[in-house]
Amino acid sequence: MSGIDVHGVSMVFETKRGSVTAIEEVSLSIPDAHFACIVGASGCGKSTLLNIMAGLIQPTSGTVLIGGEEVDGPSEDRGMVFQRYTLYPWLRVQENIEFGPKLKGVPKAERREISDRLLREMSLEGFAHAYPKELSGGMQQRVAIARALANDPKVLLMDEPFGALDALTRSSAQRFLTEVWEQHRRTIAFVTHDIDEAIFLGDTIFVMSPHPGRLREIVKVDLPRPRSLDDVGTPAFGALKQGILKLILG
Amino acid sequence: MSEGTGLEATRPPAAPAAGGRRRRRRVSNLFAPKEPIPRAASVTLGLSGFGIVIALWAILSYGGIMSSFFLPSPSTVARSLYTLFRDYGFASDVWASTRRIMLGFLLSAVIAIPLGIAIGSFRVFQAFFEPVIAAVRYMPASAFIPLLIIWFGIYENEKLAVIFIGVFFPLTLLIADVSANVPRELVQIAYTLGASRWQVFWRVLLPASWPGVVDNLRIGVGWAWTYLIVAELVAADQGIGHMILSASRFLQTDQIMAGIITIGALGLITDGIFRWLYRVLFPYAERVGR
Repeated sequence: MSGIDVHGVSMVFETKRGSVTAIEEVSLSIPDAHFACIVGASGCGKSTLLNIMAGLIQPTSGTVLIGGEEVDGPSEDRGMVFQRYTLYPWLRVQENIEFGPKLKGVPKAERREISDRLLREMSLEGFAHAYPKELSGGMQQRVAIARALANDPKVLLMDEPFGALDALTRSSAQRFLTEVWEQHRRTIAFVTHDIDEAIFLGDTIFVMSPHPGRLREIVKVDLPRPRSLDDVGTPAFGALKQGILKLILG
Repeated sequence: MSEGTGLEATRPPAAPAAGGRRRRRRVSNLFAPKEPIPRAASVTLGLSGFGIVIALWAILSYGGIMSSFFLPSPSTVARSLYTLFRDYGFASDVWASTRRIMLGFLLSAVIAIPLGIAIGSFRVFQAFFEPVIAAVRYMPASAFIPLLIIWFGIYENEKLAVIFIGVFFPLTLLIADVSANVPRELVQIAYTLGASRWQVFWRVLLPASWPGVVDNLRIGVGWAWTYLIVAELVAADQGIGHMILSASRFLQTDQIMAGIITIGALGLITDGIFRWLYRVLFPYAERVGR
């Protein structure tokens, strides 16, 4: 089992107009099996930070440890879910889910077992042989989550996975994700700009400030689990939201 | 990622009583940007496009507005098309041209597809090939014809060379563009799922490129027709362009037009084949049903 430890990570991009510091000296720690949300205004470097955790970008300085091991490139230990363009359009839903295991050469029968189980968990049984374009946005993201889980990763990294969904679908996707998380108990780093979403989902919220991206504050969410829609209206929820909004808006 | 029902929901319900207003609304719906229109409407519009051109042609020729020498009437052209096939062995010209297209285009495609995908996927290939190809692309294939006649003579090889020069270079760049535009996220996701570079290329970049490749082949085959006819007009012993040139020597405008219409028909057929191929090969693609 594995937590995520970010040590003094900075990211400087070289552009034609000179260097831009996307992230400056960010250190944070996400305990094992913890659901952490990273929020902030656009330009705070939260997606960059997630890409560094994934190993898709090498930081200018600093290190990321996952389960005590240093990240030096992408690997199947770290499943990733993006906001969009995620599913392979030429593969059917089941083949999309089996993509990772197939790369590793997992035998077909075993692959089927994994994908059948995930299709069930994601309530997608009827859509195993559908192409992504035949699915709604919410269903596509469930497939993307299933595909990441099929590799049995140590951590899940999610970059505004519900950002392109309409409000209603988004809300059911959030409830759905908490159920998945309670079942799989994976360490999750979840980037969003939606504060309600962050409070509803997270154990901890890392609030970032922009230009350059810095870690502003760590907010513990001590609302009991399992959470439901009723929690969203409570004074405790509102107070948390107020506090985070103030942090972001300065 | 649009919900399938989103569009219908926003459309206002038609009032059943006001028939006139409903019709007007239906007509104005046809002009909603990028919205689909009913199949019947699209077929009608397509046929009436043809119809108007033919009607205009008929009025100008039958009406005596233009002399039958400058603009032979539709029936004259149809008759001469028939006699061309029956008495003048036009079928062998058509076949000669079609075979040249197939060979020349195949040759271009067989090299352009792997090269284009390599250029679009790997910066090394891009840095090496793209400048040269981009430069050659601006040299008109028709300008090469005199040189190619000296190199290859006036027979098949020269025709294939003209088609190759006209098609290969732009096609390679278009295909490179297709591969280069494969969404970055598809590649990144593959890496986070444990793919090696090799697997990313074979399992992601290649399959993601195919629909765009076929789409561009369809466009490229149109260029092949243009350049072939130019080549045949300059020098050939047979082919549609050759027939058009001989007809022009004898001022047979009806035969010239029959030849041009034949090329148009063959173009439509090739286009149809590629569209069909696209639908059959890529049932998953978003744009099915264009």
